[in-house]
Amino acid sequence: MNELAIKDLLYKLADDELILGHRNSEWTGFGPILEEDIAFSSMAQDKIGHSLAFYTLLNELGEADPDTVAFTRNAEQFHNSQLVELPNGEYDFSLIRHFLYDNAEIVRFEMLSRSSYEPIAKVATKLKGEVKYHVLHANTWIKNLGASTEEAILRLQSSLNEALPYALGMFEPSKYEQELIDAGVYEGEEAVKAEWLKRIQAVLEKTDLKLPDLESIEPKFGGRYGQHTEHLQPLLDEMAEVFKIDPTAEW
Amino acid sequence: MSLTKEDILTLLEEVKDPEIPVLSLVDLGVITGVEISDEGHVTVNMTPTFAGCPAMDYMKKDVERTLEKHGISKYTVNMTFDKPWDSNKLTEKGRQHLKEFGLAPPPKYDLILDLDILEHVKCPYCDSEDTTLRTPFGPTLCRSMHYCNNCRQMFEQFKPL
Repeated sequence: MNELAIKDLLYKLADDELILGHRNSEWTGFGPILEEDIAFSSMAQDKIGHSLAFYTLLNELGEADPDTVAFTRNAEQFHNSQLVELPNGEYDFSLIRHFLYDNAEIVRFEMLSRSSYEPIAKVATKLKGEVKYHVLHANTWIKNLGASTEEAILRLQSSLNEALPYALGMFEPSKYEQELIDAGVYEGEEAVKAEWLKRIQAVLEKTDLKLPDLESIEPKFGGRYGQHTEHLQPLLDEMAEVFKIDPTAEW
Repeated sequence: MSLTKEDILTLLEEVKDPEIPVLSLVDLGVITGVEISDEGHVTVNMTPTFAGCPAMDYMKKDVERTLEKHGISKYTVNMTFDKPWDSNKLTEKGRQHLKEFGLAPPPKYDLILDLDILEHVKCPYCDSEDTTLRTPFGPTLCRSMHYCNNCRQMFEQFKPL
């Protein structure tokens, strides 16, 4: 198996988790209610733990150690989808992004738990159990708020419309897509997207929210190839601020 | 003196989860393997409960300290996902200790975990099953928050995973 293809896959998994983990952590102290403050903080911790697991696999393949990889690259070296780097916005936007992202992430992990590349399969087997809680959290809130007051429904609908082009950008195919599929490493973005769509539809059907026609939406691609919005670099600068004061410090 | 695997596991009974000090790492189920080579080199394999658990690094160091304290100088402690942790790996003794600590033990499940079991978790204080999940996220990654409608108290559960 082409090692570059495996690394490309690992980087996109790890970078998505790291960047969304960081965004989630920005809710710490600002959640609309205490339970949500704790929920987003806990998911931040989980996701950063997940990124560490994938950066560790990359390290075993010869890449730099996880801290170096996480804290010293610039935006154009990141492979995350643009969805995860967007600012948190108001709670409705964070919730919609969380819903769209985690329903895709769990499908990815379920598929990867059957990967022919054993190190990824083992990590994915472990992580999919944790992401179940994230999906439960997202789906519960979308079902509750998406069928509640007029304001809640309007806000969520507008955030859904805004987030969808970026959400579709999560499924940007890798240049090694067919190779990974042929080798049984990964079932591929199209397969993930099809299953994701079924799952988010099943939840949205229980609400007053409408899923726009996805065919009419142009996905925001580029993230997997290092093309990012203006929001990523400031996030990275803030995330690495303490690390860069003294990269050799023992924590 | 030649140590056996059982001796090492007995020593590791001393190492407790720093966030749940009644629970040993052996009862928590995170010690996934102990090997002793012919030359007496001890290898302990561990696996995290939750990948982002900040206590794991501390636990690993605690295992190393405990081995040294008992005069074992040749050792390796690995943290791996080779045998991923799930909550069914908690021992019966561990479950009992959790309950006494006031944390509802995770229900056992077959093969695939359905999170519906989070509703109606048995209250560790009064054993009622008339309880409600308040939030799947609690004070640590491994705990969820519940409310008991019978004894009218909030309680925490060690999450099934």
